[in-house]
Amino acid sequence: MKKTKNEMKLIFPSLSENERLARIAVGGFISAENPTVAELNELKTAVSEAVTNCIVHAYRDTVGLIELTARLSDGGVYIKIRDKGCGIEDVERAMEPLYTTLADEERSGLGFSVMESFTDSVSVKSRLGIGTTVVMKKKLRSRI
Amino acid sequence: MSVYISEKPEGTLIAKITGEIDHHAARWLRMDIDTAINDRSPKKLLLDFSGVSFMDSSGVGLVMGRYKNMKERGGSVGLINMPDYIQKVMELAGMDKLLGGK
Repeated sequence: MKKTKNEMKLIFPSLSENERLARIAVGGFISAENPTVAELNELKTAVSEAVTNCIVHAYRDTVGLIELTARLSDGGVYIKIRDKGCGIEDVERAMEPLYTTLADEERSGLGFSVMESFTDSVSVKSRLGIGTTVVMKKKLRSRI
Repeated sequence: MSVYISEKPEGTLIAKITGEIDHHAARWLRMDIDTAINDRSPKKLLLDFSGVSFMDSSGVGLVMGRYKNMKERGGSVGLINMPDYIQKVMELAGMDKLLGGK
């Protein structure tokens, strides 16, 4: 098991203005590893997608808490985003590119595709009525 | 986050977006751009991304919505001055074909 160098946990309500807070917090957290601009942008985008899903889908008609955990180790960065919202009925389908239940609200259905493209791995665990946990991992090719 | 609207001859409207495009910001940008389209009825809408510092897939939804709006009016949409990393998000949706504003 890789040794943890640093860890943070952030809990915030599912308000859309907190999308920015979440990605800036993760950006600041990984900055100690001197990531490239591309790595920083990619991680911030992946976090923004996961948090937006919590706000738009998990807590659709309500406001609930989102828990963001970030961990740095020699292996890279680990990010977990957890909600206690409605859950996803069919995770496999939800992860299909361009699949969206909210086309009328101009949601592109690309959230999971972006997370998968911009990180090394994404895992999603969800239970209806219990909530959803998204874990993303990414190696950082830190600059010298 | 804000949008600056300008016009070129022959019915081209340029919407220069500045700041960050996420789900929170997209709804305001959408309103401002659609108001300009309704007021000026352009033949072509150019979305200028030179001032955009961050964009997630909400930006793709913003472009798709404006594309649909302009198409219904017989017009077109082009994307200009797009940073590489934002272009990568657009490519996931196949929206990169609108790049260059041609």
